Amino acid sequence: MHLALVGTPNSGKTSLFNALTGSRQKVANYPGVTVERKEGSFVTPLGRQVSVVDLPGTYSLRGRSPDEEITRDIVLGRATGEALPDLVLCVADSTNLRLTIRLALELKRTGRPLMLVLNMFDIATRRGVSVDVAQLSEALGIPVVTSVAVRKGGTADLLRRTDEIAAQAASIPLRQNLWQPLTVAELRATQREADRIIAATIGLPSRPDTWTARIDAVVLHPVAGLALLALILFVMFQAVFAWAQPLMELLSDSFTALGQLVHDTLPAGLLQSFLQNGVISGVGTVIVFLPQIIIIFLFILMLEDFGYMARAAFLMDRVMGGAGLHGRAFIPLLSSFACAIPGIMATRVIDNRRDRLTTILIAPLMTCSARIPVYTLIISAFIPDQQVWGWVNLRGLVMFGLYAAGIASALGVSFLIKFFMWRDYAPAPFMLELPDYKMPRARSILIGVYTRAKMFLQRAGTTIFSMMVLIWFLASFPLAPAGAQDPAINYSFAAMIGKTLEPLLAPLGFNWQIAVALIPGMAAREVAVAALGTVYAIEGGKEAAEQIGQMLAAKWSLATALSLLVWYIFAPQCASTLAVIRRETGSWKWMAITFGYMFALGYAASLATYNIARALGAG
Amino acid sequence: MHGTDNNDARPQTPLGLAKRGFSGIIHHLAAEDAGSALSAIELESRLIELGFVEGAKVEVMHEGIVGRDPIAIRVENVTIAVRRREAMAIIVG
Repeated sequence: MHLALVGTPNSGKTSLFNALTGSRQKVANYPGVTVERKEGSFVTPLGRQVSVVDLPGTYSLRGRSPDEEITRDIVLGRATGEALPDLVLCVADSTNLRLTIRLALELKRTGRPLMLVLNMFDIATRRGVSVDVAQLSEALGIPVVTSVAVRKGGTADLLRRTDEIAAQAASIPLRQNLWQPLTVAELRATQREADRIIAATIGLPSRPDTWTARIDAVVLHPVAGLALLALILFVMFQAVFAWAQPLMELLSDSFTALGQLVHDTLPAGLLQSFLQNGVISGVGTVIVFLPQIIIIFLFILMLEDFGYMARAAFLMDRVMGGAGLHGRAFIPLLSSFACAIPGIMATRVIDNRRDRLTTILIAPLMTCSARIPVYTLIISAFIPDQQVWGWVNLRGLVMFGLYAAGIASALGVSFLIKFFMWRDYAPAPFMLELPDYKMPRARSILIGVYTRAKMFLQRAGTTIFSMMVLIWFLASFPLAPAGAQDPAINYSFAAMIGKTLEPLLAPLGFNWQIAVALIPGMAAREVAVAALGTVYAIEGGKEAAEQIGQMLAAKWSLATALSLLVWYIFAPQCASTLAVIRRETGSWKWMAITFGYMFALGYAASLATYNIARALGAG
Repeated sequence: MHGTDNNDARPQTPLGLAKRGFSGIIHHLAAEDAGSALSAIELESRLIELGFVEGAKVEVMHEGIVGRDPIAIRVENVTIAVRRREAMAIIVG
């Protein structure tokens, strides 16, 4: 049996979906679009197998965005490859029925079997809202059932009625689809009808909610609200850096230890290298991302469930709008300062497809934490440790400048994307519902985080792993001939590629060693430090950073160093990020575009930096 | 037709010009007058879908930080955030 959950955003649809399916969920993309497809399964009390799809939230079947078109198409049975739902559940927030009942009246026209689910019924009862369910059902002409998704057993009525409806399914005549996009007059009439029905069957709350207005007086206050937002973002940022970091280090060290174990156990050779540097290193790279992803999604889901995300979008709308970004892009972009991968995954909170794509495209430009080891290496080797303007440390100033350049370029590119690519596109006007504040429920959030983590491992993880193995292969084959003096990497494919690229990179001041190091450096940005060490024959990986720095200071000109710094602001030196972009956008096209524009930006900026630096005497 | 007697005496103002704390009843929608990027029909449809119909009670609850934009409007028992530009289409009497 196929079920579809339809409802306005904030109707508690996701909680209901989680309550019904538990962890038996699959999240993917609808083919070709960045719209999330959530499907799950459960078994009814009578043993019936049900698969349920959680459709994107919508206020109307009109299909004003790719998300809403999916909802419309699936309900109408127009979506290729998607089953026509046997039963459509229209999920409502029981304290807020006006818009959902209007939607339900519209859904009736499609002829699909329909049931209205009054979710969050406990909150309605608490506020003293009296609902005459039987009368409502009669007025609407469809079965109506109540549910409390967040409470154990709260979906019992729903499951029972689903069984009843399924049993009668054969005897119900198939009704024709009479739905057409509603005209303005029809929309009005439908809303009036909905209001009339509500007035007749539902009483006003005797104890209305005052908390939301009181909390909003602070949250949306010009001064207090911004301060609170800054505080929340700061805590989130700290959480990722302070809490995730030790976990990541633990995982990273464990994998290194495992690799060492393989090294000690197996004889030196191909298998050992493959297992230690290819497989274990590859899997390790993927797993190390998990703490950050889990923490960031924990925050995002808690804030979303609580109702705060809409307020954050409200506060940031004008600021982000100037750069052509959506208010909801704020948190994904901020997460990208830790790592672009959870940031890109977090763009799911942005409903509008084009806004989401724009945010995904610029997320890698935000100075991620992996760039810091590279910046630190070069800054400590080449920038003197002195004060400028009396009190500002020159090294700190350069670091700040690199961060600022990252942010400025992200905003600039966003502006350009909107200007060139989607000029004829009318930007979605800012019209957002601010839901009443609700206590987030642990179970629903944990299921959400678990689902996201699982998704990452299954999808991005496999792609990242393949890329790591490929990079290992390029850096290890062909093997160094016996008695070779230079580091083994000099004989590999990576070296061949590097030397071929050398003429291309020479105008940037990059020598062939840098070109070679950039190949394994594609694995992750911080790998460049160890890669440079390998190429210059310094053992010890990134722990030997100081030694590597001193060697580079002796061998490179300042202009080359500055050029490499600038290269790292823009260039796409992270295969994992590209893999995630490919997975989240569902196509190779956007991954290629990201690679292309970042490469071009990096090249142009490095070229300019190198030549200006040389002209000023640093070459 | 929808306004009660004591509302006829109030001048009609677009919600886009209202200050925080303003409340009233929607008299009609004038989507063509709003300088929105959306077409008039599209804007009117979206407003109705969010509950902005004639006769609905509205109150301006909050204002944004930059340029007092966007505004959060309580319409019956739902709070919707819109930019003042789109709110110009909602005429309150």
